[in-house]
Order: sequence, then C-alpha cells, then structure tokens
Amino acid sequence: MSDQAGPQAPKVQDRSTVSSWRESYRRYRRGHKWLNWAIPLALVLLAFSYPWWGLEGPLAFIFNDGLGIDNDTLFNMSIYVMLALGLNVVVGYAGLLDLGYVAFFALGAYTLGWFGSGLFVNRDIHFLDTNAARLPGIHLSFWVVVLLAGAICAFAGVLIGWPTLRLRGDYLAIVTLGFGEIIPDIFRNGDDIGGHNLTNGVRGLTQLDRPGFGENIHDASGGILPVRYTSLELRPWYFTVLAMMLITVFVNLRLRDSKMGRAWIAVREDEVAASAMGVPLMRTKLWAYAIGAIFGGFAGAIYGSFINGIFPTSFSFQISVIVLVMVIVGGMGNIWGVIAGAMLISWLNFRGLDKIGERIGSLPGVSDDFSIAKYKFGIFGALLVIMMLFRPEGLIPSSRRKAEFAEGEGTATLYDVRT
Amino acid sequence: MADSNGATENILEAIQVRKEFGGLIAVNDVDFVIPRGSIVSLIGPNGAGKTTFFNILTGVYKPTAGGVIFDGTPVSGLPPHKVTALGMARTFQNIRLFHNMTALENVLVAMHSRVKGGIWRSIFRTPALKREEQEARDRARELLAFSGLPGRDDAFAKNLPYGDQRRLEVARALASGPNLLLLDEPTAGMNPEETANFTEFVAKLRAEHDITVLLIEHDMRVVMGISDRVTVLDYGEKIAEGAPKEVQHDERVIEAYLGSAATS
Repeated sequence: MSDQAGPQAPKVQDRSTVSSWRESYRRYRRGHKWLNWAIPLALVLLAFSYPWWGLEGPLAFIFNDGLGIDNDTLFNMSIYVMLALGLNVVVGYAGLLDLGYVAFFALGAYTLGWFGSGLFVNRDIHFLDTNAARLPGIHLSFWVVVLLAGAICAFAGVLIGWPTLRLRGDYLAIVTLGFGEIIPDIFRNGDDIGGHNLTNGVRGLTQLDRPGFGENIHDASGGILPVRYTSLELRPWYFTVLAMMLITVFVNLRLRDSKMGRAWIAVREDEVAASAMGVPLMRTKLWAYAIGAIFGGFAGAIYGSFINGIFPTSFSFQISVIVLVMVIVGGMGNIWGVIAGAMLISWLNFRGLDKIGERIGSLPGVSDDFSIAKYKFGIFGALLVIMMLFRPEGLIPSSRRKAEFAEGEGTATLYDVRT
Repeated sequence: MADSNGATENILEAIQVRKEFGGLIAVNDVDFVIPRGSIVSLIGPNGAGKTTFFNILTGVYKPTAGGVIFDGTPVSGLPPHKVTALGMARTFQNIRLFHNMTALENVLVAMHSRVKGGIWRSIFRTPALKREEQEARDRARELLAFSGLPGRDDAFAKNLPYGDQRRLEVARALASGPNLLLLDEPTAGMNPEETANFTEFVAKLRAEHDITVLLIEHDMRVVMGISDRVTVLDYGEKIAEGAPKEVQHDERVIEAYLGSAATS
C-alpha cells in the first residue's frame, strides 16, 4: 500500500483560489520585509508587558477578571506552550506519534530534585546556588540545573528512542505510551533502589531550589534581577518562563528551515525514499526525539521549582494527551498554530472552564453548584472530535499540512503505518 | 576488482547474488557487472526479480548470499543512506516523491549526505551555514532546470503533472551526487513523445555528467535505443546478457517473453 501516486490531475487551479487570501498576504509580506522582524518584536513586547496591561491596568477587567489569566495561569500557559512546541518537533515535524511525552517533563522536574533540593541530605555539594543559607544536599545554580535537565532528557530520549524508533506508526505510539507510564512508576518506586533513596517515592520532593541571580548580579543590575525568586513576587517567574519559551520558539523556527528540518519532513512523508536519498533514518528520528525531550526537560525543571513540589502523581498520562491535543488542535508542524492551540487549551484547562462555569452558574435558573470543570475531559474530547470533523488541519495549519488535507484521496493519513 | 588507486573498470559488480523470501527464490545466484560510463539495461517479464535485484544493489534488502561491490567498496548489508553517500542514487518504479514538499525541497533533501549543516550551526545560522545553504539552493535550482523543470521550484510535488513527477524523481536522485544512477521503469506511463525526450535526457546525463546508468525498462525501443548492454532476468535467473542486438535474437529471451510456442 505504498504511495501509488499514479497519474493524477494536478489541482493547482482550485487550490490557488482556496488560499488566495493567504497568497495575497504572502505577497504583502514580501513587499514589506521590515514586518519580518517588526511583528515578532511587537508580539514579544506584548507578551513581556502583559503584567502592565493585562494583569493590572487598562485591560485587566477583560484578561485578569474576565478570562481569569492571572500570574499562575500565565505561568502554566507558558509551560504548556513550551511542552507543545517540544512535542511539535517530534509529532509535527518528524511525524513520530509520541504518547509518552510526559516522561521528559517528569524527568526534567526530578533533575531539579536531584541537583537542587535536600534529597541527598548526606551530601554537601554547592555550586553558585542562591539559597539564603547553606542547605544540606546537592544545590547547583538553578540555571545549571535547567541545562542539566535538558541534557539528561536528551540522553534519556536517545536511550528510549534507540529501541523504539525502529517501530512505525501505531506500534511506536503504543511503545511510547508504555514508556510514559513506566517512568512515573520508576519515580514512584525510586525511594529504595539498592538501598538508595533517589526520588523519595510517593512522598515526593518539596523545598526545591528556586531560580535567582545572587547578590552580585542583583547589585550589578541595579536591583532589577532578583537575588532569588519567591512565591510572593510572581513576575520574575513569568518573565523567565517566557524567555525559555522564546528560546523554544526560536529553535523550532531555525530547525524547521534547516537541513535537519527537511530531513524530518522527508522521513514523515516516506521513510523508504528518504533513506534512499541519503537520510539516515535512525539518527534523524533520534534527533527529533532528543530535541523534543530537551524542551520537556527545561519545562519540567522550572515547573517543579515554581510549584515547589514534585510528586509522581503530577506526571500522568493526561498531560501527554493534553499536550498532544494542543499540537493537533493548533495545527501540527506550524509553530504559530501550536502556540495558539497550547494557549487556548491550557487556558481552558486551568481557568477557562471554571470561568465559563461561573458565568453559567450565575445565570438565573441554574443551580449554584453547577460545575463545568467536572466535564473537562468530555469537553476536550468533544472539541477534538469537532476539530477532526471540521478542521482536521488545525487552527493555523502549516501550508504543507493544509495541502495534505486538501488532497482528500486517502494519501493523507496522519501516521504512516504503510511500507 | 579494485586496482591500487581505487578506480575500477566496473563501477558495480554483483557476485552470485541470491535473495530468498521464505521458500521463494526471487534472485537466483546472479552475476552482474556494470562497466563504468555505460548504460546498462535490466529487462525481464513481470515478476522476474528485477526490482528485488535493484533493492539489493541499493541496500533496501540484504542479499541471502553473495555480495555487491560498488566502486571498490562492498555494499551488501549497508543501509540505503550509506550506499547513497557512496554515490549510488535511484528512482522508484511507483513514484515516491515527498508529496507535500516543494520540488526544490525534494531536491534539497537528497543533498543530505553532501551538505554539512549541523544542528548547532543551523540554530545559530552561522555565515558558513548560510553560504552553504545558498549554494545548495542554487545547485538545486540548476538541477531542476537541467531536468526539465525550470520555474517549478515552489510547486508541491504532488501538484506536478505525472511526467514532471518522473523528472523530479530524477532531479532528486541527481542531487545526491551519484556516479551510478539506477532508474526503475522511468518511462512507465509516458507517451511516446515523452519517452523519446526522456531517452535523450538519459543520454545527455551520461555525456554531460559522466554518470553510469542502470535501467529497468519495459519499453524495448528505449532499451534497444540507448543501452550498451542488456541483461535479461527470468524467474530470478540471468538468462541472457550482451549487446541489445544479440539479446533480441536470443531464443531463451524470446521464450521468456512470448512463451515456448514462439520458438518452435
């Protein structure tokens, strides 16, 4: 059942009319090159200034009060954008259906536990940490821990990918699902591995190190960069995760337009042909998996620190699914689509449904204990079904995906189990 | 065999190649050589094992027994991408383009083993990388024009007409920088005029790019017109080999194609 292209009528004509607005937009952008940096810059400034126009200030009544996007929600939304962009490399670019992405999120968080908490209480290792006192345990600088989390996750990605990425399509999905379940289980039972307590088991880890810049940088920056982040002042957290998110976006963009990005898409399209054209399948897939894992690790480390608690139960299969839904709803392979999808779904997940529920609850004739959040997964499921029926290419599809779905002749399977 | 400086008289030698699928012997102890700079055709009735043989040469299948030496290097058992990196490229019988990539991107993918472009350099987009990328794009455009697809750079592969898809497959194969090009039924589905153009194109390839060509083909006009040598497979066995004229009159070949009644 390989791609029997066969003689097929070119559909150039009708496709160009369908995407005519897109075309004219592209033409406009081509004529105004300065927009290439002006639009991203404006969006970045908008995002960084949110605390001044959305949390407080002129539009707070819509964003903070109406939509419920407060500091907490903002942080969570940014974390999920990072996760979705990481998974986008694996699923959107390389076409590897990964149902166990949460494993890397968890591993990133536990890396913080190992190198930035009092877990190994008998050790006394410190490196540029910004805690107020010299605490027992291993305490590395938070920024070093973030990098370590990325490195450890990349390594774990290669380790897990090595045996599994030989599989295709559904088989790969099932194996990754297995790994997604195994890894939280290892953390749950990791409190006695050969007599060593590596994860503190079900009790989880608390009292985790927080990011910070230390006295010297704090003074040098005129007091702008905090000595250490606290749970009272949440803005630094938001700015930090936003900066990490921007790095993720940047890497996503650059890799999309690189030799590796092309190879990923080629592998997704046709493994046999890609390999015959000189693309090493295993290495190409492992890179996708490792890079996806790195961002999962980054997100995990800062999330663990922000929540100030890491528990095996926090990393459930649900997270894998929700992140995947974000990628699919947003538009697989399109960075802007994935960001939009992640923001929408994570907002619904954390605040939106509650807010909508409140609104409905306050209507006359609706009982006070009406809760829409109870039906969360039902609603997400329904949303996914509706999307698949009416806009399978996602909210903001990549032109490539769009073309794929415009085809409508059976070659447009999302995951290739053929050949 | 390879002489001291690595250049061989035969660009490819297949020695006693055998492939079994369970009880089925698809290729039965075939000896086969391709002289450097020649155009060699592989013909045979449907199911004779031509494509299987092709897949063994290009590393898609590992032979059950026997070996393949390409440019002095044993390649049987190597994965396809390594064989491609050594300078062997192919097209597919049923077109296998990357349908949702543009013509230009299709060609760029095939340059994978020829351009460096590491992950870090791609992320930081160093000047060297930019230059390399620009060179690759220029070269890809040249190849598309050379293959008869000028100006179709940004068309999605699947939106190209059938003949152009065939051409794009060849352009893509050429992009991997081959010394030996394997074409699997390249004129299937083409009309006589397209076929004639294509035959000319293959001749031009050898003349201008110094590429050796192995052709699987059903159209006898093509085979007889451009081949230096023809090898005939039937039921996985080599039944004839030689100049086109000789093979045309070989009794076993006529029998294989037309049945035993034709020779009596």
